[in-house]
Amino acid sequence: MSAHLPPEGPARPNPFAPPQPGAATPPAAPYPHPGTVPQAAAPQQPPDPSAAFSIRGLWKRFGDKAAVAGVDLDVPSGSFYGIVGPNGAGKTTMLSMATGLLRPDFGTVSVHGGDFWSDPVAGKRSLGVLPDGVRLFDRLTGEQLITYAGLLRGMDRAVVAERTADLLRALDLAADAKTFVVDYSAGMTKKVALASALIHAPRILVLDEPFEAVDPVSAANIRDILGEYVRSGGTVVVSSHVMDLVQRMCDHVAIIAAGRILAAGTVDEVRAGQSLEDRFVALVGGRQSAEGLSWLRSS
Amino acid sequence: MVALFVRLRLTLMANSFKRSVWQLIGFIVAVLYAVWIVGAAIFGTVTGVDADPRITADVVTIVGAVLVLAWWVIPLFAFGVDATLDPQRFVTYGVPRRTLLAGLAAAGLTSVPGFSMVVLVLGMALAWVGEPLTLLAALVGGVLAVALCVVGSRAITTALGPLLESRRYREVLTIAAFVPIVLVGPAVAWGAARLEESGADFDAVPALLDQVASVVAWTPLGAPWGLAGAVHDGVWPLVLVRLLIAGVTLGLLWWLWDVSLARSLVTPPTSGAGKGRSKGLGWFDRMPATPAGAVAARALTYWFRDPRYAASIAVLPLLPVILLVAGGGTASEILLILAPLTAWILGYSVSADIAYDSSAFALHVSTGVSGRDDRTGRALAVGPPAVAVVAIFAAFSLGFMGRWDLAPVVLGVSLGALGVSLGVSSVTSARLLYPVPKPGDSPFKQPQGAAMATIVSQLVGSLATVVLSLPFVALAIAALITSSALLGWLTLLVGVVEGVVMLLLGIRWGARIFDRRGPELLQQVMSYA
Repeated sequence: MSAHLPPEGPARPNPFAPPQPGAATPPAAPYPHPGTVPQAAAPQQPPDPSAAFSIRGLWKRFGDKAAVAGVDLDVPSGSFYGIVGPNGAGKTTMLSMATGLLRPDFGTVSVHGGDFWSDPVAGKRSLGVLPDGVRLFDRLTGEQLITYAGLLRGMDRAVVAERTADLLRALDLAADAKTFVVDYSAGMTKKVALASALIHAPRILVLDEPFEAVDPVSAANIRDILGEYVRSGGTVVVSSHVMDLVQRMCDHVAIIAAGRILAAGTVDEVRAGQSLEDRFVALVGGRQSAEGLSWLRSS
Repeated sequence: MVALFVRLRLTLMANSFKRSVWQLIGFIVAVLYAVWIVGAAIFGTVTGVDADPRITADVVTIVGAVLVLAWWVIPLFAFGVDATLDPQRFVTYGVPRRTLLAGLAAAGLTSVPGFSMVVLVLGMALAWVGEPLTLLAALVGGVLAVALCVVGSRAITTALGPLLESRRYREVLTIAAFVPIVLVGPAVAWGAARLEESGADFDAVPALLDQVASVVAWTPLGAPWGLAGAVHDGVWPLVLVRLLIAGVTLGLLWWLWDVSLARSLVTPPTSGAGKGRSKGLGWFDRMPATPAGAVAARALTYWFRDPRYAASIAVLPLLPVILLVAGGGTASEILLILAPLTAWILGYSVSADIAYDSSAFALHVSTGVSGRDDRTGRALAVGPPAVAVVAIFAAFSLGFMGRWDLAPVVLGVSLGALGVSLGVSSVTSARLLYPVPKPGDSPFKQPQGAAMATIVSQLVGSLATVVLSLPFVALAIAALITSSALLGWLTLLVGVVEGVVMLLLGIRWGARIFDRRGPELLQQVMSYA
C-alpha cells in the first residue's frame, strides 16, 4: 500500500478536478435528456490502475429517471474521500454500483486496477461496505451479527472472535454485545453495521452516511478509527450531507447532483478558497428565499 | 372524510397498477372471476326463486353463512390484516376514532371482494321482486350481511393483531381458528348419515337443507341471510329474532373493533422479540465456521426468533389431529399421508427465504458469499431437523395404525418429498420471489398486491414438486395396492436416492441463479420494502 497522499493534491493530474470555479466539467455542457444513451464517442480516459476506485461512464436509470448519468471518478489509493450531494443526487446509487449491490446499465468500475463487474467476488474481497437504507439481520445479537459477517467472508473462527471483541469495544458496543440488534437505537445500529464492514480488514471502506444518527462521542471515535485506517494506507469513501464534517475529515471530495459529478478533487481544490458548504450551494443551487411559508409563523 | 378514505384506497390501488403490470393483470383476473361467480350466484337465485322459493331461501342461508365465515376466518390465515390502510398510519393525524372506523369500513368495501358482496346481495334481493315485503327484507338482510362481513373481518384481525405477534398466543389462536375447519368433517359425516337414514333418496335433500338452514339461521352467520325466507313464509316472530341476532352481532363486532382499534392506536407494534438478550453465540458456535455453516446458523437462529418462520410451520403440530378427525377418529389410511405432507411443508418453508431476509440480504451480496454456500446453508438449517420431525410423525402414524410393515413405503415417500421440495425451494427462493411480511411485522400481515407473484411462485413450486415426486409416489401406490414388500423397499430406495439427487441438483441450479442474479435479487427484495 502506497504512502498517504499529501492533502495538497495527487501527484498525477486528475482530469476531473476543476482547477478553477466554474470550470467544473458537467455544468459547462447542457445535461443530456435523461432518456438518452451516453455517447460512446465521448473521449474517455482509461481507468487509472493505481486508484482504489476508478469509475468511468457509469449510468443507471430507474424508469425514465437517470439516477446516475455518466459518472467518471477516481478515488486515489490511500485517500479519505467524501461524496457530498443533495437528497436524491445519486450518491447511494453510485456507491451501490461501486460495491456490487446494484448492476450498472453502462460504465465500468475498477477496484485497484481490476474490473469489478467482470469478477465481483474478487472485488468484494477488498471492499468493506456500509450500505444505507438496508435492514440488518436484526434478530441476531450485535456480537452474532459481526461474527456472521466475518464467517460469511470465510474467515477463521478464532480470528473472527478476537476481532469481534475488539470492534465491539472500539465502537462502545461491548455492553450491548448480547442484545438483539432489533432493540438497538439507530446510532447503535449504524455502529454495528460499520463493525460488520470492518471485520475482514478490507483495503477499501465504502461507507454510505456512516454518521447519521450517531452520537457525537461515537462519531469522534469512528473518525479516529477511520483516520488511523487511512494513515495505515487504507482508502475510505464516505457519503454525507454534513459539509463541515467532510471538510474537516476528508482530504478529497466530490460534489454530485442529479446523477453527475459537479466537482471532484482534493478538498482545497474543490472549495477554491470558499467554505465547502458555500461552494456546494453555489454549484448545486436551489436555495429558496426565506419569504416562503408565511403562514407557518406562529404569531 | 369517509370519501377521503375511499379515494385514498382507490389511489393506492391505481398506484400499485402503475408499479407493476402484473398487479393490473391480477386485478383484472380477480374482477373477471368475481363477475363470473357473482353472476352465477345471482342467476341461480333468480331462477331458484322462480322454481322453489323455499329451497332457494335455505341454500342462500347456508351459502351466505359460509361466506360470512370465510370473511372472518380467511384473513387470519391467507391475507392477514389488510395492510393497505393500516390504522397505525393514521395515528399522527388525529382523526376522530368514529370517523376512522367509518372510513376504514368504507375502504374495506372498496375492494374486489367487498364490491362483489354488495352486487351479490343486491342481485339476490332482486330475485324477490315479485314480493315487495320479501324484497325489502332481502335488501335489509343483505346490507346487514355485508356489514357483518366487513366489520367482522376488521374487528377480528384488529382484535387478534397484537396476539398474532406473540408466539404463545399465536399457537393457541391457530388451534382455535382451526376448530371451524375441523368441524367441516363431522358436519359432512352428519349430513351423509342423515341422508343415508332417509334412504339416500334425492327427495330427502330439501328436507335436509331445511334442517341445516333452520339451524344456521339461528347463528349470527346465517341470520341476516334467513330474513327473506322468514318473510316469505310469513313467520313474523322469526323475522324479528333473526333481525335481532344480526343487529346485535353487528353492534358487538363494531364495539370490539372500536375498542381494539383504540388500544392498537396507542400501542405501537412491537417486534414481538421483547427486550431479550442471548447467551453466547448460539448456533454460530455449534455450526462449522464456514460461510455455509454461518448461513445455516443464521437461518436456525431465525427459525427460533422470527415469528414469520414459526408461522409457516404452525400447522404442523395440528396436522395429526386434523388427519385423525378427517379419518373419523379411527386409524384410517389417511394417516399415511401425515409424514409425507409434513416433509413437503417443511421443505417448502424455505421457498421464500431470500424474501424473508428482506434488504438484510445486502450483507450476503456485499460479502460476496457464493450461491453454493448460501443455498447449502439454508437447506442445511431445515434438512436435519426436518428428517427428525418426519421420522417421528411417520412412527406416530404407523404405530397408531399398527402397520409397521408399511414403514419403508412411508419413509421412502417422506424422505423423497423432503428432498424434492427442498431442492425445488432452493431454486424458487432464488428465482421466483414474492413479497412476504416484513421482518418485525405480523406474520399474518400480507403485503399489499402480493397475490399474483405469490400464486405464480407457489403454483410453479408445487407443480414442480408434484411432478418430480411422481416416481416414488407411483411406486408407493403400487406397493399399497399389491401389498408387496419388495415394492415397498423399492419405494424407500427410489425415494431416498431421488430426494438426495433432487436436493443436490436444486442447490446447484439455485446457486447458479444466485451467482448470476445476486444484485438483481437484492433490488427485488428492496422494492418490496
